[in-house]
Amino acid sequence: MNATTDLGDRRQHAGQDGTAVSTPSLNGAEVLLRVLQEQEVEVVFGYPGGAVLPIYDALFKQNSIRHILVRHEQAAVHAAEGYARSTGKTGVVLVTSGPGATNAVTGLVDALMDSIPLVCLTGQVPTHMIGNDAFQEADTTGITRPATKHNYLVKRAGDLARTVHEAFYVARSGRPGPVVVDLPKDIMVGPASYTVASTAPHRSYRPITEPRIEAIRQAVALIKRAKRPLFYTGGGVINAGPAASEALGRLVRLTGYPCTSTLMGLGAYPTTDPQFLGMLGMHGTFEANLATHGCDVLINLGARFDDRVTGRLDAFSPGSAKIHVDIDPSSINKIVPVDVAVVGDAGRAIEMMIEAWHEDRAEPDREALATWWRQIEAWRGIDSLRYSQDPSPSAIIKPQHAVKRLYELARETGRDSFVTTEVGQHQMWAAQYYAFEKPNRWMTSGGLGTMGYGLPAAVGVQVGHPEALVIDIAGEASTLMNIQELGTICQYRLPVKLFILNNRYMGMVRQWQELLHGSRYSESYSEALPDFVKLAESFHGTGMRATCLGELDDTIRAMLAHDGPVIADICVDEAENCFPMIPSGAAHNEMILGPDQNEQAARITVEGMMLV
Amino acid sequence: MASTDETEITAVISVLVENEAGALARVIGLFSGRGYNIESLTVAPVEDGRNRSRINIVTSGTPMIIEQIKALLDRLVPVHRVADLTKDGPHVAREMALIKVVSTGELRSEALRIADAFRARPVDTTTGSFVFELTGATDKLDAFIELMRPLGLVEISRTGIAAIARGPHTI
Repeated sequence: MNATTDLGDRRQHAGQDGTAVSTPSLNGAEVLLRVLQEQEVEVVFGYPGGAVLPIYDALFKQNSIRHILVRHEQAAVHAAEGYARSTGKTGVVLVTSGPGATNAVTGLVDALMDSIPLVCLTGQVPTHMIGNDAFQEADTTGITRPATKHNYLVKRAGDLARTVHEAFYVARSGRPGPVVVDLPKDIMVGPASYTVASTAPHRSYRPITEPRIEAIRQAVALIKRAKRPLFYTGGGVINAGPAASEALGRLVRLTGYPCTSTLMGLGAYPTTDPQFLGMLGMHGTFEANLATHGCDVLINLGARFDDRVTGRLDAFSPGSAKIHVDIDPSSINKIVPVDVAVVGDAGRAIEMMIEAWHEDRAEPDREALATWWRQIEAWRGIDSLRYSQDPSPSAIIKPQHAVKRLYELARETGRDSFVTTEVGQHQMWAAQYYAFEKPNRWMTSGGLGTMGYGLPAAVGVQVGHPEALVIDIAGEASTLMNIQELGTICQYRLPVKLFILNNRYMGMVRQWQELLHGSRYSESYSEALPDFVKLAESFHGTGMRATCLGELDDTIRAMLAHDGPVIADICVDEAENCFPMIPSGAAHNEMILGPDQNEQAARITVEGMMLV
Repeated sequence: MASTDETEITAVISVLVENEAGALARVIGLFSGRGYNIESLTVAPVEDGRNRSRINIVTSGTPMIIEQIKALLDRLVPVHRVADLTKDGPHVAREMALIKVVSTGELRSEALRIADAFRARPVDTTTGSFVFELTGATDKLDAFIELMRPLGLVEISRTGIAAIARGPHTI
């Protein structure tokens, strides 16, 4: 496939169209920083190395862009994700060539899967050494091609400014995602000209953001005539900005319809609102999943029919007409064939739906809706998130209870709080028992499921919100994957709270082994754990531990009251499983409610379905 | 409602891409990364200044997969246009083959006679071999190759198809 390189070479000779500004004294690194300034970048998460020394030198000589030194490049990307997700801005990462870039790959894929806008600047060996297996050389654009929304290798100084501006545009527009710009060292050292961001439309990349009104009207006609409707909202609503979440609230209340959300969408609609049914999917609530199964019109706003949501595909919401709003046309009909596709920004689509709702003359079937709500309330009456916490002070702490108390006590402080998570049981418990009133307060690795995401993400969130309460709800296994970030937290005096639900197991692995592999706990026990209290102290933080129920509230209160970083080691029931659960390959109406309720759940479900 | 037809169809898709480094790799990576088939692929610059290239892909899959492939191609940053020539109307698809036949005597004469009937041109001749050049639709090339097999066929080089819509409209 020589054509690849041929295409590249031809492109390089094709010339540049940006308007060069006469700044002969700047080198590439300085031009790069000017671009970042024009893009209103306030903070860069990074780690230096040989190939990016000129950029670090330019950073040293200026004061407008802050650099946060992480302890591992993967963490730089997760921190930038946390920053981006919580602020709505584009996160920026700076890493060196070779291992710097390859370490960043997990974070890039994480951002790709969860549609997080990032620009990742990677150092590269000088252009004349590319392809020579030079020291710390890696084919970064080759490696990151399927890990990014787009990537660039800047081979000419004249292309530098235009390319980096374009990278920011591509990262944040349309369906957001990570963009890598690979920067050879000679380009950074040599002279370069600065060009302002182009206002002309991109040559080929033109994302659709404005939905077609016909599609909106068609969708609203279905919505208004629904007898058993359900809103199913996702991360796209969060990505569309706080105004989109506000509009979602208006639409849901205007219609009086029930609303469920994916893991990524939590907070777009207040999770404490009576019209909210809880999260749907594998560990979603009984009412959310049965409503999904039984609805006659399913309105997907900015979600993508992920397999954790749909369960067995041929049994997913079998009787419903489906409406799908997505900014990415390739998400439409990818997994679930839909009846009405609306391509565009979720916020715009919701606003237009509200207008179309008022224009449509049909009257909603209030009687059918009341019956539907009665059904939903019956399902809600099952109380699928209940758990049994022994109330005696010496009792072992149930992890669900720990999260619930964390939420309640954090709410009492009245502070704006942000939650990140790692991946596993604790992540699901956080999603189930922590309530979110507003968007951008919940940062989790949904698509890729990256253990080790939460602590560095909390770094990024705290940098973006210095006054806020930032808590990483973690498991002991996940958090050890990026525990080195305690160093970053200490260096910048970030008062991050690391709240570890310590069950001494990779809990979700243990749960699946119990349920599906005959309780053979192969390699899932967290052997040789550190003393997290001493670990906190060795990183100049504060460590706390709760080993029984009587210590839980005091520990949480002390953690919340402390103005510095804290590790709270919450020793919880090692055997607790995360319920409800739709086993892999099962349908929504085949969910397991709890260890004692398997058969009962199946009976209730079938009977429940008869009523609908 | 989108088609849930499970029957596999063959589609000829033309993609107009910005002529930049990695553009072809992005297209190929999309197919390999998601497990789609590429039956043939051709690429060359098609504009003055060589700013854009056209990639012609022959692929197969269910109608839902073909739609998915087109949507995924269209969201690649350097892609200008994606056209489904199979679906959008009649189109012309041609490929060229160079076919080497090594034989003597009656087999050699027969090869030359059949080549003449197919309007295949000998572009290289030695006393013991021919290289025939043949342009046409894929099945015509297939038919010719089958006929050459017993007549000393030793090597085939095919370009894969170039395709374009019939009539005045363009990609």
